[in-house]
Amino acid sequence: MRQTLTLLGIESSCDDTAAAVVRGMAGDAEVVSSVVAGQTELHAAYGGVVPEIAARAHAEKLDICIEQALSQANCNISEIDAIAVTAGPGLIGGVLSGVMCAKGLAAATGKPLVGVNHLAGHALTPRLTDACEFPYLMLLVSGGHCQFLIARGPEDFSRLGGTIDDAPGEAFDKTARLLGLPQPGGPHVERSAEQGDASRFPLPRPLLDRDDCNMSFSGLKTAILRSRDAVVTEKSGLTEQDRADLAASFQAAIRDIFIVKTRRALALYLAEVPAAPVLAIAGGVAANKGVRSALESLCLDMGVRFLAPPMALCTDNAAMIAYAGLERFAAGQLDDLRLSARPRWPLDTTSPSLIGSGKKGAKA
Amino acid sequence: MDADDPPTRIPLADEAATQRLGRVLESHLRAGDVVLLEGDIGAGKTCLARALIQEGLAVLEDVPSPTFTLVQTYAVRHGELWHCDLYRLTDPDELFELGLDSAMETAICLIEWPDRMGDARPKNALTIKLSTDGAGRSAELIGPEAWQTRCREIAAGMRAVDV
Repeated sequence: MRQTLTLLGIESSCDDTAAAVVRGMAGDAEVVSSVVAGQTELHAAYGGVVPEIAARAHAEKLDICIEQALSQANCNISEIDAIAVTAGPGLIGGVLSGVMCAKGLAAATGKPLVGVNHLAGHALTPRLTDACEFPYLMLLVSGGHCQFLIARGPEDFSRLGGTIDDAPGEAFDKTARLLGLPQPGGPHVERSAEQGDASRFPLPRPLLDRDDCNMSFSGLKTAILRSRDAVVTEKSGLTEQDRADLAASFQAAIRDIFIVKTRRALALYLAEVPAAPVLAIAGGVAANKGVRSALESLCLDMGVRFLAPPMALCTDNAAMIAYAGLERFAAGQLDDLRLSARPRWPLDTTSPSLIGSGKKGAKA
Repeated sequence: MDADDPPTRIPLADEAATQRLGRVLESHLRAGDVVLLEGDIGAGKTCLARALIQEGLAVLEDVPSPTFTLVQTYAVRHGELWHCDLYRLTDPDELFELGLDSAMETAICLIEWPDRMGDARPKNALTIKLSTDGAGRSAELIGPEAWQTRCREIAAGMRAVDV
């Protein structure tokens, strides 16, 4: 079936509420409208990240987002072919309110319903933005997730490895907290790092000696904490330069971990001899200039195309959900009103679990 | 919390010891128990919680940090387990939005950053204070009378596996 489809996408699995309209075919689609009711102003007001906990607040914003997405797309709900909604993973209240809203719309309009895995939304974005052909290698960093995936089809992903503990975004946020920098940590730590000496604090690069694609970021937190405390004890305080040096050392460690592990993941992927090899990234990692430029030159060295979708489509949005829904719908994959919300939902259910299992002892 | 109950102090030489405490603690938990995990960033709260949860799962699965999603729920052998990170909460009222008040009655709840709970902090909970201690860390188990026997058993369990 190669007909042009119009999908409405709904996303409410974390802090943002979003709706979007995407039109086209699998591997050839465009974003017609994309609305994210972000909390940027709120974040600024509170000086931190404010989670949207209340399911009803999501629900209220969803109505507005959907209306705006449809009106910006010059589209009536009757012209939509199907409704795609994030059914997980994420904060259950948020996911539930999105799923309930989508079910209500589907029931009222008689339109088909397609449940989408939030991570599949990120992982399929290179097909929306660059019509990327399968198989491609994906470095997906979203919320608490960080993994290398080979995307083979709309619902066919192989996980090569990932973090066994914290996600890097979390490591940045917590490092920012430890250094007294504002949230979100990523941009602030990187900015401070630009003025710093990355060689001053020798921080660990966990798991680099292991011949796999797994990463660990939790220990960096501890190392930063101890290095900071050592400086504070020595001079009874932390100068701006100390902080910049700590940030730079941290940023360098993160970059090194990504480079070594991405090189391994690329080697595994290239062993499959893809016709047009691509490494695509999604999530906050795309916003980190240091990591991004290091990955770009690695790809150049290895003869792989480097692909980073525009930031608005790298961070949480509903266009990726509409698009992933379009891929599923085009393949005849539909859900009905029994669609349920799943707080955890791995993309690759065949590969063994990673997070927290890295150093597990023998089990009775 | 009864001020008369002395805390049980457990030295944790390394990360493996923190994980062992999680596993030993798991075997002493039952539905309706609330464990509050206190300590600074990097003290080992999530590390302990992960080992505990993995021990209770029939089939291994990822145990991501709940920092972004606030709550992760698991089906463990004693029923439902809630792993919460309240750092991003701005108001104790939000506990009700999360459904934590009812979960604390029926599920096992592991709660990081319990200071965010304000007056809603449960009186019958076990508090574990993790702190850096020389090159390693230590855990202080603080609980009301009902927890004292279990605290002694947990400490004994830790000494037994130290050998």
